[in-house]
Amino acid sequence: MDFFRSGKATEQAVAKSRAGDGGKRDERAVPWVEKYRPKNIDDVTAQEEVVQVLRKSLETKNLPHLLFYGPPGTGKTSTILALARDMYGPEAIRARVLELNASDERGIGVVREKVKNFARVAVGQADPGYSSPPYKIVILDEADSMTTDAQSALRRIMEKYSHVTRFCLVCNYVSRIIEPLASRCAKFRFKSLPRDLAVTRVNHVAQAEGVACRDGAVQALVDYSEGDLRRAMMSLQSASRMVQGAALDADMVAELAGVIPPGVIQGLRAAWAADAHSSQEAVDALVYAGYPASRVLAQLHDLVVSDQQLGSLQKAKIAMLMASVDKALCDGADEKLQLLNLMLQASRIAQAASA
Amino acid sequence: MALWVEKHRPATLDKLSFHQGLSEHLKKLAGSGDLPHLLVYGPAGAGKRTRIAAVLREIYGPGAEKLRVSQRVFETPSRRKLEISFISSNYHIEVNPSDAGIYDRVVIQDLIKEVAQTQQVATTSARKFKIVVVHEADALSRDAQHALRRTMEKYMTNMRVILCSTSTGKIISPVQSRCLLVRVAAPTVDEVVDVMGQVAKKEGITIPPPLARQLAEGSKRNLHRALLMLEAAYVQQYPFAETQPVVLPEWEAYTKDIAAAALGSQTPARLMEIRKQLYEVLAHCIPPSMVLKVIALHLISEVDEALRPEVARQAAFYEHRLQIGQKAIVHLEAFIAKFMSIYKRHAMATD
Repeated sequence: MDFFRSGKATEQAVAKSRAGDGGKRDERAVPWVEKYRPKNIDDVTAQEEVVQVLRKSLETKNLPHLLFYGPPGTGKTSTILALARDMYGPEAIRARVLELNASDERGIGVVREKVKNFARVAVGQADPGYSSPPYKIVILDEADSMTTDAQSALRRIMEKYSHVTRFCLVCNYVSRIIEPLASRCAKFRFKSLPRDLAVTRVNHVAQAEGVACRDGAVQALVDYSEGDLRRAMMSLQSASRMVQGAALDADMVAELAGVIPPGVIQGLRAAWAADAHSSQEAVDALVYAGYPASRVLAQLHDLVVSDQQLGSLQKAKIAMLMASVDKALCDGADEKLQLLNLMLQASRIAQAASA
Repeated sequence: MALWVEKHRPATLDKLSFHQGLSEHLKKLAGSGDLPHLLVYGPAGAGKRTRIAAVLREIYGPGAEKLRVSQRVFETPSRRKLEISFISSNYHIEVNPSDAGIYDRVVIQDLIKEVAQTQQVATTSARKFKIVVVHEADALSRDAQHALRRTMEKYMTNMRVILCSTSTGKIISPVQSRCLLVRVAAPTVDEVVDVMGQVAKKEGITIPPPLARQLAEGSKRNLHRALLMLEAAYVQQYPFAETQPVVLPEWEAYTKDIAAAALGSQTPARLMEIRKQLYEVLAHCIPPSMVLKVIALHLISEVDEALRPEVARQAAFYEHRLQIGQKAIVHLEAFIAKFMSIYKRHAMATD
């Protein structure tokens, strides 16, 4: 069987088998992130202001163009999908909503072509149980990765088709959306999820999926994902597959999240007080253990900021040093040399303090 | 005749000799009939590929070892045709983004879409998904990684991605958050010695423990390299002598000579000599950043304690420059010149 050419035959076979079991997908293969997406607008966790405005627009059937921005995993995509489902119902949503994201080809030409074709088709049969306002929705996910040219092209398109479509731009950084486009939209900022709400949500999913969690495991999961609910969910799912029925504890979560054990970082900090040789050894050990340098840097930074033994000036100097090392790492410089540099310089700064 | 490294590569998770806990975890994962996307990372020669191959075998059985090379043509948006060859079996496919150069986004996208659209024909295997293994994932361009984000979620039902890289630093966080991170640490010196002993036993040779230890240390805990060195030593002289010199790769010895030359005297004439040597190394296609790293680490361990931070700083500075710059020799030379200057100044100050 050739890897590629078998496509057609297989697809038919699949179509048949799909028809056989009524299109039911394998439950286990669905990521929990998808499975537990909020089904309607009232399910959306936190983000009260946004939800309030959108509920109003559901009642009045009047919706402006939308621009959602905020850190990853705060429910931007989920909110707009939930809104669409509330508006059109689960059946009509397919014909009424066009979702484009960075995984799809998205030059100017494609946006123009796809949006034009989509807007041209008359709105289909409305589901009687829903409000179904007479326009469609185009969701441009990850809009900040669109080129400036493509965004400029979008300006005219948005106005031209505004009688039949509403656009919803979803992005992380509002500064990367060009001004003319941003001014055409109602802007909504999604804030990071508060810790306790995230914990409740993750707990809910863990219970629904029957994952046993020890005390502190869920809290650790939420802490490591830094307000990103999607990340927390993905980690939970991965972790549950790994433990297979056994209870999940905080240490295991740390290992899965790629977090470096605090002891290792403290060891680095301790090496600053000693001679250059111990710094060299510490760096060697880090590199052999395979810990990524960027992660080391981030965790070391957290430690330094709250360090009592260092003065403000020293902290400032170390922060500057870390910034330059981080930049070098982003440019693809060698991790070992950069870490060694960081350690030796930092130890010089730290020792100048005590002297 | 195959190299020992290939010949004695363990094929199943049970036969892996170190990181037992990790093997256990992987076995559980593979046995559960479902697998999340994986991101396997760790230093070179720690056994990342071996573990991936073993996981594939655990999932699909011996069929995953029947590899073949297939070729395919991709078309870029600018209508250029790219011909890329892959290694694949019936169940998985391996790609190396460096083959595709700047068009890696197209290759990754097309490939994954195609793999995802062709479902596994229900043969003996009960698995519903195929696997795409991406080697050297840190070489993937940002574009390609962004393209992976949504694709990984969308096609989760019938394909899984295994990314393999030396560090997670260059993998964007949205992709990281979609994967299960698997860290493979380098084996300790004892573990390397242990594995060498096993290989020697299988080859029917005996290896004196001091030599084994020396080889393991010389390999810098890189198992792949240690086995190559063992084989090289075997070819050179057998039966082994206890004090047999360990054969370092020629370029490394040569590069260390450069460092020694810079330590020896700090004059423009010496700098000119070193330039010639640097050209010699570069002409043999040794990556320039590797050359700088070996020289710098050697220098740092040789110089005075007080001078080390400064040398490290300059090494890091010039290595960074080397990465963003174009012409390697300029930066290598600049580093040597800078080193000579600070070394001499320090020597004069202490006199």
